[in-house]
Amino acid sequence: MLKSRIIPCLDVNHGRVVKGVKFQNLRDAGDPVELSYHYETQGADELVLLDVTATRQDRIAMLETVELVRRRLGIPLTVGGGISSMEDAGRLLNAGADKVSINSAAVRNPALIQAMSERFGSQCTVVAIDAKMTDGVFQVLTRSGTTAESLNAIQWSARAQALGAGEILLTSFDRDGTRSGYDLPMLDAVTSACSLPVIASGGADSVAHMVDAFEHGAHAVLAASIFHDGNMTVNEVKEELARSGIHVRI
Amino acid sequence: MIQIINTGVANLRSLQAAFDRLGCAWSLTEDANEIENASHVVLPGVGAFAAAAQSLDRLHLRRSITDRINRPGLPTLCICLGMQLLCESSDEADTARGLGILPHTIKRFSNDVKVPQLGWNEVRPMTAGPFETGEAYFANSFRLEDAPDGWGFAESEYGGVFISSVWRGRTLACQFHPELSGRWGQQVLTNWIEGTTC
Repeated sequence: MLKSRIIPCLDVNHGRVVKGVKFQNLRDAGDPVELSYHYETQGADELVLLDVTATRQDRIAMLETVELVRRRLGIPLTVGGGISSMEDAGRLLNAGADKVSINSAAVRNPALIQAMSERFGSQCTVVAIDAKMTDGVFQVLTRSGTTAESLNAIQWSARAQALGAGEILLTSFDRDGTRSGYDLPMLDAVTSACSLPVIASGGADSVAHMVDAFEHGAHAVLAASIFHDGNMTVNEVKEELARSGIHVRI
Repeated sequence: MIQIINTGVANLRSLQAAFDRLGCAWSLTEDANEIENASHVVLPGVGAFAAAAQSLDRLHLRRSITDRINRPGLPTLCICLGMQLLCESSDEADTARGLGILPHTIKRFSNDVKVPQLGWNEVRPMTAGPFETGEAYFANSFRLEDAPDGWGFAESEYGGVFISSVWRGRTLACQFHPELSGRWGQQVLTNWIEGTTC
């Protein structure tokens, strides 16, 4: 049977890994190539690299980072941040990404989802949704959480699926960096609205939080600080998940 | 030298990086003669069945690939969509024709499971073959349902059993991505290159 995936996330800024708390207060956490390889040997199932600044200059640095990471990495690599066109996506794939994650650009131009899935395949097209609870609805945020859209995350996930997305990367803005666990109501709502694999993101601080996410329909969990801080290795996390009855690759 | 068939629709960096890590020289080819006679050939595949089938037509590669695979002593590796292209046809594209080496039609996964299948799944060889039981990375919405006669095969489970790999002589076709399947996947590539049977 298919295993539940554990995905360390590296936030990358100017070629270095940084850690974001509510997408702010970045601090240096190391070299992306070393860290990626380190997580693969620890048993990571996949890696996500997010370009957190994504200025034009930074995007060139990111291509170089992706190339260097790819040389060492023998597991799937998703890259996101600042991708706004087919050309951007194509360049990242050529540099060695296996999947490309789009967020703000998909909201501005939903046809990009369709174009990417037709050209590169839906398995390569990840739609990242950042959302927070506002007046009783899960409101979609774009531009690293700075712009509130008049878009409901539940409807948006279903639309993304219809347009050809292959996976949803769902980040709770309310939970990101709080270490209070994944946003389970948001996960419930999105996993019932769309049948795509959903990666839960934002708020993980313990294996128990991950167990909760899997029990609420997550197909994979994304985590950063729990691994970057070195409190637990990926393997330790997976062994504990296995003891809790979650099927993981060990 | 490993010749990777450049159908123009696949993302090849991960595969190239995997061969680089093994210290194996590779190059891209669209040349029918080279494909028929090279020491090692890979038919990769990420993307859509119809687009890949069209590019085999455009490059006039159908006969050379088929002839090569019908000489089972030649090491040939077909990955993901590359494996599906060995079949007659696919539910993904009603009118597109595969190579027809396997007399099967590729079917979509059942509606009981999330599609695409994205992630790691167990691969169990049912006969002696080029790898041992292990966990491999999959990214596919369609799959081969039945093992072809005269081929060794491996099974996996996702909304029921499906055929995750087939092999005959030095031809190996994998629905999974050995190049993204960590150390186990690297061993699959090494065994294919060297002709090792487990």
